[in-house]
Amino acid sequence: MTEQLIDVLSWVLLTAGGFFVLVGGVGALRLPNFYTRMHAASVTDTMATFLILGGVMLQAGLSLATIKLIAILVFLLLTGPTASYALANAALLSGMKPDVCATKKSKEQAE
Amino acid sequence: MQAKSSAQTAKALAIVAWLVLLVMVWLLLSGLFKPLLIGLGLFSCVITVYVVNRTGFFDQPSLLNAMPRMPKYMAYLFVDIVKSSIDVTRIVLNPKLPISPTEIEMDAAPQGHVGQAILGNSITLSPGTVTIDVHQGKLRVHCLTQAGADELLNSKINQRTAELTEK
Amino acid sequence: MSMYLIVSLAILVTMGLAIVRALRGPSVYDRVLAVNMFGTKTVLLLSVVAFLYGRPDFLDLALTYALINFVGILAVLGFFQSQSSRRSDDTEK
Repeated sequence: MTEQLIDVLSWVLLTAGGFFVLVGGVGALRLPNFYTRMHAASVTDTMATFLILGGVMLQAGLSLATIKLIAILVFLLLTGPTASYALANAALLSGMKPDVCATKKSKEQAE
Repeated sequence: MQAKSSAQTAKALAIVAWLVLLVMVWLLLSGLFKPLLIGLGLFSCVITVYVVNRTGFFDQPSLLNAMPRMPKYMAYLFVDIVKSSIDVTRIVLNPKLPISPTEIEMDAAPQGHVGQAILGNSITLSPGTVTIDVHQGKLRVHCLTQAGADELLNSKINQRTAELTEK
Repeated sequence: MSMYLIVSLAILVTMGLAIVRALRGPSVYDRVLAVNMFGTKTVLLLSVVAFLYGRPDFLDLALTYALINFVGILAVLGFFQSQSSRRSDDTEK
């Protein structure tokens, strides 16, 4: 009974993860310029990673494989934004202007 | 004098904690308990801590104090990530592609480098917002839509990161 | 039809889309973004394939690939940055 439940749950997680991966790939092709494409890549970097590795973890159960999967997850979540920041910052410093409709400033300051 | 020695004990504690953590990771990943391999592992862990020490990492207020508050912050961040990924998915799959790129400039509430790094990375982690510049306590954030930008400005992530790292 | 197979196919399709983006560019940063995406998808693919074929040692490869991909992207970015600053120096002179 619980085995079937786990199977169903990981089916759901894995197919949802596959869906988000595809969304990221489609977005990287459809969106019009560099800075907006980064947002599409970030969907596959976070949500899809959570879902796919979570689904695989459920199948692995309590074992060394799960610990390794957690290590992969933590590592991807730490390096993903760092690489994105390095990329965006390199593009910005090289003079690529982000095309924006509006610029906003935060009014509230942490007192 | 007192303050200096307590800072030094904090630094030593952080170094020992990281060393133990690295050795545990090594043992977990290698899974072999031969003396030669354990010796090599210890050697590389010590080298790693030495190199990291030279970058000045251990001189900053360590993240160990923030660890008890970490799970709550991560849960908050996870909910945020789920919400904004669904938003971005809707936008990407919409045939009209309703994007309105917006740039935000905000002052980082956390003062330390570690806190600002955590804030920037948290913002980048949630889809729809990417930190493109952190300079002298100011963040520039690129948002996919104006609604997403407003959401970020209204969210408490800035204060939450400050609370996480500086209390 | 196993669930691993479906996810693997989805990841492979996305890797294909990332390659298309890498080939189309237009700027060098678009290409680096696409290659970075390709790399993180490779890590996911390796961890799924480890279970598809029942070979848990693939997880070590995934972990190593994640490390190498991160360092590689940073190295490529550093290279482009130093090259572009050099080029802008040349045009100023």
